[in-house]
Amino acid sequence: MILTILAATPIAGALILALLPRETGSHLRAKTVALGVSLITLALSLVALAKFDPESGGYQLTSTHEWISAFGAHYAVGVNGIGITLVLLTTVLTPIVLLAAFGDRLPDPRSTNAYFAWMLAVEGLAIGAFSATDAFLFYVLFEATLIPLYFLIGTFGGPNRSYAAVKFLIYNLVGGLLMLAAIVGLYVVSSRQGEASYLLSDLQDLDYSQTTERLLFLGFMAAFAIKAPLFPLHTWLPDAAGQATPGTSVLMVSVVDKIGTFGMIIWCVGLFPEAADWASPVIIVLAVISIVYGALLAIGQDDIRRLIAFTSVSHFGFIILGIFAFTTTSMAGATLYMFNHGLSTAALFLVTGIMIARRGSARISDFGGVQKIAPILSGVLLIAGLSSLSLPGLAPFVSEFLVLAGTFTRSIPAAAVATLGIVLAALYILIMYQRTMTGPLKEGTEGVTDLEPREIAALTPAIVLIIGLGFFPQPMLNAISPAIDTVMSHVGSNGGKSDPAPKSPTIVDAPAEEEGGH
Amino acid sequence: MKTLITATDLPPIKAPEIEYALLGPLFIIAGAAVLGVIIEAFWPRATRFWTQVVVAVVGIIAALADTVWVYTDLDKVDADLVARGKVAAEGALSVDGPGVFTWGILLVFGLLSMLLFAERRLEGGMSAFTGRAADAPGSASEAEAIKLRVEHTEVFPLALFALVGMMLFATSNDLLTMFVALEVLSLPLYLLCGLARRRRLLSQEAALKYFLLGAFSSVFFLYGIALAYGYAGSFELSAIDTAVSNRSGSENMLLASIALIAVGLLFKIGAAPFHTWTPDVYQGAPTPVTAFMAAGTKAAAFIALLRVFFVAFGGSQWDWRPMIVAIAIITMFLGAVVSISQTDVKRMLAYSSIAHAGFLLVGFVGAYAGVAGSDRVTSVSSTLFYLTVYGISSIGAFAIVTLVRDSGGETTHLSKWAGLGKKSPWLAGAFALFMLSFAGIPLTGGFIGKWGVFSAAYSGGFWWLVVIGVLVSALAAYFYVRVIVLMFFTDPVGDGPTVAVPSLLTTVVIIIAALGTVGLGIIPGPVLDLAQHAGAFVR
Repeated sequence: MILTILAATPIAGALILALLPRETGSHLRAKTVALGVSLITLALSLVALAKFDPESGGYQLTSTHEWISAFGAHYAVGVNGIGITLVLLTTVLTPIVLLAAFGDRLPDPRSTNAYFAWMLAVEGLAIGAFSATDAFLFYVLFEATLIPLYFLIGTFGGPNRSYAAVKFLIYNLVGGLLMLAAIVGLYVVSSRQGEASYLLSDLQDLDYSQTTERLLFLGFMAAFAIKAPLFPLHTWLPDAAGQATPGTSVLMVSVVDKIGTFGMIIWCVGLFPEAADWASPVIIVLAVISIVYGALLAIGQDDIRRLIAFTSVSHFGFIILGIFAFTTTSMAGATLYMFNHGLSTAALFLVTGIMIARRGSARISDFGGVQKIAPILSGVLLIAGLSSLSLPGLAPFVSEFLVLAGTFTRSIPAAAVATLGIVLAALYILIMYQRTMTGPLKEGTEGVTDLEPREIAALTPAIVLIIGLGFFPQPMLNAISPAIDTVMSHVGSNGGKSDPAPKSPTIVDAPAEEEGGH
Repeated sequence: MKTLITATDLPPIKAPEIEYALLGPLFIIAGAAVLGVIIEAFWPRATRFWTQVVVAVVGIIAALADTVWVYTDLDKVDADLVARGKVAAEGALSVDGPGVFTWGILLVFGLLSMLLFAERRLEGGMSAFTGRAADAPGSASEAEAIKLRVEHTEVFPLALFALVGMMLFATSNDLLTMFVALEVLSLPLYLLCGLARRRRLLSQEAALKYFLLGAFSSVFFLYGIALAYGYAGSFELSAIDTAVSNRSGSENMLLASIALIAVGLLFKIGAAPFHTWTPDVYQGAPTPVTAFMAAGTKAAAFIALLRVFFVAFGGSQWDWRPMIVAIAIITMFLGAVVSISQTDVKRMLAYSSIAHAGFLLVGFVGAYAGVAGSDRVTSVSSTLFYLTVYGISSIGAFAIVTLVRDSGGETTHLSKWAGLGKKSPWLAGAFALFMLSFAGIPLTGGFIGKWGVFSAAYSGGFWWLVVIGVLVSALAAYFYVRVIVLMFFTDPVGDGPTVAVPSLLTTVVIIIAALGTVGLGIIPGPVLDLAQHAGAFVR
């Protein structure tokens, strides 16, 4: 019940905003209502967290109702440790984004209500997608997030927004429709083996022929690989992020794209373990390419927003690598990475968004010496940037380390090449910071004033979390690990891989861990 | 010498048994149409328009109520696990679940269309139909007719005749009745297409084109019927089925008959390569007629197509399925690709209707009839649901087309629609909703419809056709999205479009269509169960 209320609150808020009469001037009422709704949602998610028992790996806070009986579709929600982490990410980031978006200059100021309403709609749909335990419901919510994002990019973005919005939509729609074919296939397989049902628990018990399982896996994976973007399906992201407002970019990259990686764990690996194992060599290679290629392209960017987009391609590579390395460590790391990447990218997009709005240009070459006139801003950028390059002591480091540590036990070459990504990350962040912040003040940069109290208030929670989780990630891992153990044991017992045996010598008389899979 | 036979010696002529209770909706609509003709002859001109509207609307509502009654009563007649209903009127009609469901949706489409027909506020107190169709366009007598404010109120009985033809078409149980129904539904439509008040030359050209091509396709259909009779010795679908199952006649004759009948029916649903009339006719016809035709003809013809191929030719489905697969692929691609280059809203919607015919054919070709005891979505039930959603969204979309106007009437050029979202966000939002439904985005009815036809095809063993189908959907989504981009993200050119303020009639139609589209997307359960409950065709 609490999850339903959690997802419905932002949607209701969006409807209220759509019906509020338009105001003139600063539109403070609409903005306050939106922020209020997102704070209520945050409070509700904390209530849900309090009710959540981190020890258990199964689904909690569940509720199930029949929805479309002819399809076997249910309104079924529930979260495990992975789901609740991402729900929290969503509810934490939305107020930050909304508060930071108070100052966004929109092409048509009359549409402020719509801007905030669409953002709340994204929040509600994303919470729904993270907590759906029915494949049909998940698909509907997953696809439905496209519509608000499409309008957010297309109505409120930069000069090339309409092209970026269409590209975003078509790319994601192609993936989504391939997934639809797989969803239809699931129904046929399920109804052949008795009563049709889309419930996750029922689908996990189905028997698939090898070919069917692989085809269905590919259908799901196509949608998630485009969404999360995996090389070579990533080209929509830099365009979309380059044109969207900072707030939209955060919601898109930090929240909605996580549905892709979340889906890989819960739906791809959870439903088709054998096929996931079969595809993992190719996916690992693509993930490693994403890591290096994304980082290299990020170094070459002059547009700050596109740079951040490419860093995200690189980071998503790490997350996907962690998932498909099939070790408990790497998968827990990948889940934690989803949360941490959300925070650090949000901070980066928002602080650079402020810089860009004040300078009127997103080109790195138009900045220089900003540190002198805006010390707080440059400090925030430094922390956000350092977290993006996984500096120890900041949150993403822990998750990146776990991913690499897990991957090393599976494939040393993949892990070794992926480690290059960390080196390259230092390059793209530090070069960007050096060119924009240090050196003599560049002409035309005088307008970049320091952060206002409202902006500081918006960014502080993100920075605090980045530093806090960097030193003390254990509570998060405690919630994530039981869920990962459940997923891994399911994978292991269904033809996938389980953790590889340690290579170091073990004490002879202790029973060696069984080599996984069969 | 032979004795003369007197009348009393003749064997008694048995009166045909007509199940009046079962066929009530047909009689009500036919009766309302005849009443409309009488009113046309005798009623004073001053109040004739609204009298006709009332007769048509009341007739349709009464028929709809009767249809609901007949549908709930079907269980009592020959209740069966798979098929519900019975063959009526001496074997001419089969009143079964799918047929009566189609009556229901046809009547709803008819009702919504009648409300659009009756809209008189947009043309300054006149209907969308020409005052005197016999006048040459641009002539002095036309100007006089406009000045006298005469109107063709015959459009209402004509539409009712077309409606009864559609209803007959969907429930014909023999090929001859089907042919008669085809003509009954087509002839009034040919006429209605030529009656536009504005752009009359285009409208008349559309009517002529539709008539000539329609007549041409009817001939194919008739020839197919003749060959089927030659093969099976009967017009009845069940008798043909028996002959096909026994493989009694010449194979070539059967195949030729299937092909020719398919041409006639595929023409009506607008499948490629028999689609060429669609864009011209959709564009030229008065928009309310286009709405009626797009929703109604497609539904009736599709159910007739399913009936002929599942009932009569079900035994030789391995012969015709490859042909239909090819046509489905061509139709989807053609509709989706060509609509991208369209610059006229009505032509774009026409190509979109062609693409939808392709998606429907995907569900049809699955030929999945379900298994007893299981509640799986079948080809018939998924087609019924798709037709419901498509019809409602189409009528809504065309209703909006009637509202975007400039001094020359409706302005259908897409460039004039730029910036509509800024001018009237609600109207543009509704149009965007219909576009999203056509594109099959979740939370709209179109998504559930697509899911249904794809699952029927998948169940029938055509998973690769489903993959083609979803890829074409993405292609098709591109041009629906293009319209949204135009309305919301593009600045208006010059003065931009004017949105006329309609009377309550059109407003109600748009609201019902929008609510229906969203409702069928979020809670499709009731309608889907109804379609599922319709079962199979009776033989």
